[in-house]
Amino acid sequence: MDQFLVTPLFGDGSLHWYSPSNVTVWMILAWVATVLLLVVGTRKRANVPGRVQMMAELLFQFVRNMVRDVAGPDALRYFPLIMTAFMFVMFSNLLGLLPMSFTTTSHIAVTASLALTVFVSVTVLGFVKHGLGFLGLFWISAAPLPLRPVLAVIELMSYFVRPVSHSIRLAGNMMAGHAMIKVFAAFAGVLGVGAVLPIVAIAAVYALELLVAFIQAYVFTILTCVYLRDALHPQH
Amino acid sequence: MEGNIEAMGALIGAGLACTGMGGAAIGVGLVAGNYLSGALRNPSAAASQTAMLFIGIAFAEAFGIFSFLVALLLMFAL
Repeated sequence: MDQFLVTPLFGDGSLHWYSPSNVTVWMILAWVATVLLLVVGTRKRANVPGRVQMMAELLFQFVRNMVRDVAGPDALRYFPLIMTAFMFVMFSNLLGLLPMSFTTTSHIAVTASLALTVFVSVTVLGFVKHGLGFLGLFWISAAPLPLRPVLAVIELMSYFVRPVSHSIRLAGNMMAGHAMIKVFAAFAGVLGVGAVLPIVAIAAVYALELLVAFIQAYVFTILTCVYLRDALHPQH
Repeated sequence: MEGNIEAMGALIGAGLACTGMGGAAIGVGLVAGNYLSGALRNPSAAASQTAMLFIGIAFAEAFGIFSFLVALLLMFAL
């Protein structure tokens, strides 16, 4: 489907790692939207916040509470990283819902970069904080001794599968939603006068997609918090 | 009948792999349904457990995603 095609902005259509493409444009727009909301929107620092400042404060409080509740109070040091990931994923998802736009988060390459950033930084953090004690995450001392090697293998596998599920969940949800809208749009093109039904369905799916766009950003962030908690407190 | 029997097998396999998503759908439904029944029994504790709800849904959903991944691999990577 052409809405998922990566096309370079300049040149004869050949794509290199350095060529600016529509992915670049929409990523920059997500960054601009974040800056507009969080920096420009809160510039006045009004005691009685306006609408924009209210939204910014709500999101800030939301993510901050999530980090504190899920990952623990000592994880608030890493709040900037998590807030950045949340705002980027949320605005990429929401901007992708604009007609004729490009959803950067529907590409596994983008989400895998995000998920690998989280995975590598969390693993390094665990080893820096606890040294080899971080491996206690895989050696569950609460389980009976004969079971522990088996559980260690399972835990190790589930640990390395994390970046896969973390990235494909986001990309799959975004891609499936947009593909669904596209399929309904194709129905509307075929049916003629009866196209009212698919158009109503598109409106409903679109509303659902707005919800999914936010929830997937939320899920991405909360899983980051869960992984961070495992790195900070590897003992179960 | 003519055609590439290997591609046909891969596409059939991709379709079969997608049945795994049904299992994930059951799992997500169980998580959400049990959350709702628990929340209706004790509404005051419900708000503090929404994070657990989404973590549970995310983990249940992960296995549906793996079947989706297998389908994608069969269609595009083989």
